[in-house]
Amino acid sequence: MNIFDKFDKLVQAGQKLEQEFGAFFQVVMDEILSSTEAVINGKKVILAGTNNYLGLSMDPECIEAACQATRQNGTGTTGSRMANGTFSGHVQLEKALSNFLGCSNTIVFTTGYGANLAVLSSLAGPGDIALLDADCHASIYDGCRMGGAEMFRFKHNNMEDLEKRLSRLQKRKTNILIIIEGLYSMLGDRACIREIVELKEKYGAYLLVDEAHSLGVLGENGRGLAEEAGVSDKVDFITGTFSKSLGATGGFCSSNHQQLEILRYASRPYIFTASPSPSNIASARKALEIITKRPDLRTRLWQNTNALYDRLSSLKLNLGPEPTPIIPVRFTDPHEALRVWKGLLAKGVYVNMVLPPATPDGSAFLRCSMSASHTPEQVSAIGDAFEALTAG
Amino acid sequence: MGEEREVLGKIIQILKPMVPEDTEITPETDLATDLSIDSLKSMEILAQIEDTFDISIPINVLAEVRTVEDLATQIKKLI
Repeated sequence: MNIFDKFDKLVQAGQKLEQEFGAFFQVVMDEILSSTEAVINGKKVILAGTNNYLGLSMDPECIEAACQATRQNGTGTTGSRMANGTFSGHVQLEKALSNFLGCSNTIVFTTGYGANLAVLSSLAGPGDIALLDADCHASIYDGCRMGGAEMFRFKHNNMEDLEKRLSRLQKRKTNILIIIEGLYSMLGDRACIREIVELKEKYGAYLLVDEAHSLGVLGENGRGLAEEAGVSDKVDFITGTFSKSLGATGGFCSSNHQQLEILRYASRPYIFTASPSPSNIASARKALEIITKRPDLRTRLWQNTNALYDRLSSLKLNLGPEPTPIIPVRFTDPHEALRVWKGLLAKGVYVNMVLPPATPDGSAFLRCSMSASHTPEQVSAIGDAFEALTAG
Repeated sequence: MGEEREVLGKIIQILKPMVPEDTEITPETDLATDLSIDSLKSMEILAQIEDTFDISIPINVLAEVRTVEDLATQIKKLI
C-alpha cells in the first residue's frame, strides 16, 4: 500500500472524465488577445466563460498600474503581512475598499479563496454555528471546517428551511453566523438577502455575504447585492475577490465591526502566507477607481447580459433562474453538454462546462459569463453558435 | 438497545421512498455505494431525519458516516 492508494477511486473517476470529456480538460489559452478573445488550439475564440465581468484584466490603466508597481516594489513581497509583507499599497487598498463599501475596516488577503478560509476559520470557531446556503462555494465550506464550528446547511435560497433551522439552533444560545453569496457562481442567481436579513435580525444571528461575483456587478455603485437590496448596514461581514470584476488576484473582508482587526493575529491563512504581489494590489486599486468613476461599464455588462439571456431563452434552452452575468445553460445529459461545448469551441466560442458532482442538481451546465467588453456582434455570435447547435 | 433499534427503524423508513422499490436496506448498507445517494438526496433525507427527531444535524459529523448504522449512531448522539 502506498501513500497515493487512497486516491484510487478519484483516479478512476478522473480517467473516466478524461476519456469522455478530455477535450475540456485540455484547454489551454495559447494567447490572450483581449478581455473577450483568446487563441485556443491555434483558433481565435470569443471568451464567454470567464469571470471578467467588467473586462478590466486587460484595461490599459490597470496594466500600467501593475507594471509601475512591479518596477517600483518588485515582483513579489516575499513575506507575510505579519512580517515584511505589508507595503503601503496593501494599506491604501484596504482604505480604498473600506471607503468604497462604507465599512470601517478591511483586511486584504492573497486570494479570494484565502479570504474566506482566513475569515471563516477564525470567526466561526468551536462552539459557534455556521449556517450556510447549500450552494455556497467550496472556500466557505473549507473555512468553516477549518475553524471547527458546527456547520449546518439550509436549502438554497429556501427561507422556510433557513427559519426552521434558526428556530431550532437558537436554543443553543450561541453565536450563529449565516453565510450567503451575492450571486451564486453556478446558477447565477441572487441570494434572497432582504428576507435573510429579516431572519438574521429576528434570531440575533450574524450575516456574512460573499460578494465575489456581485462586486462591480450589482448595486448603483457596484458595491454588490447588499447595496442593491438596500441592506448594507445590516450585513456584518463582506468578503470578496479581486479575480473577477477587478481583473487581478486577491481577496478581502470588510466590516463595520472594528474587532475585525483581531483576525490579523488570529487567522492562520492570513499570517502564514505571502501577501499579495505589488502588481495585484496596484491593479486592484486602479480597477476599484474605474468601477467608481465608470458606471457605464455596468450598464454595458447588463445590456450584454440581457441580450444573451433573451436570445438563449428564445431558443427554449433551460437557463438559470434569472438573467445575471452568469448564464448557465443546463443539460440533463452531460454528453449532450459535451457535444454542444465542443461544437461551440469549433465555432469559435469558449464557455465553461460544469459537470456533476460540481453542479448543484446533478445536471451538466454550459456556464456562460458576460463581460462589459463583449461587443454586440460577439453577443450575437454566441447566440448564433448556440442556435446552430441546439436547434430542433 | 431498544432505542437504537427504534432510531434505525425510523431512518430505514425515511430512506425507503428515496431508493428503488426492491432495494434491501440493512444496518450495513453503504449509503453512497449501495443506495447511490447524491448530495441533493442526502439533504432531503437529513431534513426529514431532523424533522422526525426534532434535531439539527451538523454536516461535520457526516464525514464519519458510511453505513445506515453509522448514521443511526450519529443521530442517537444528537437526540
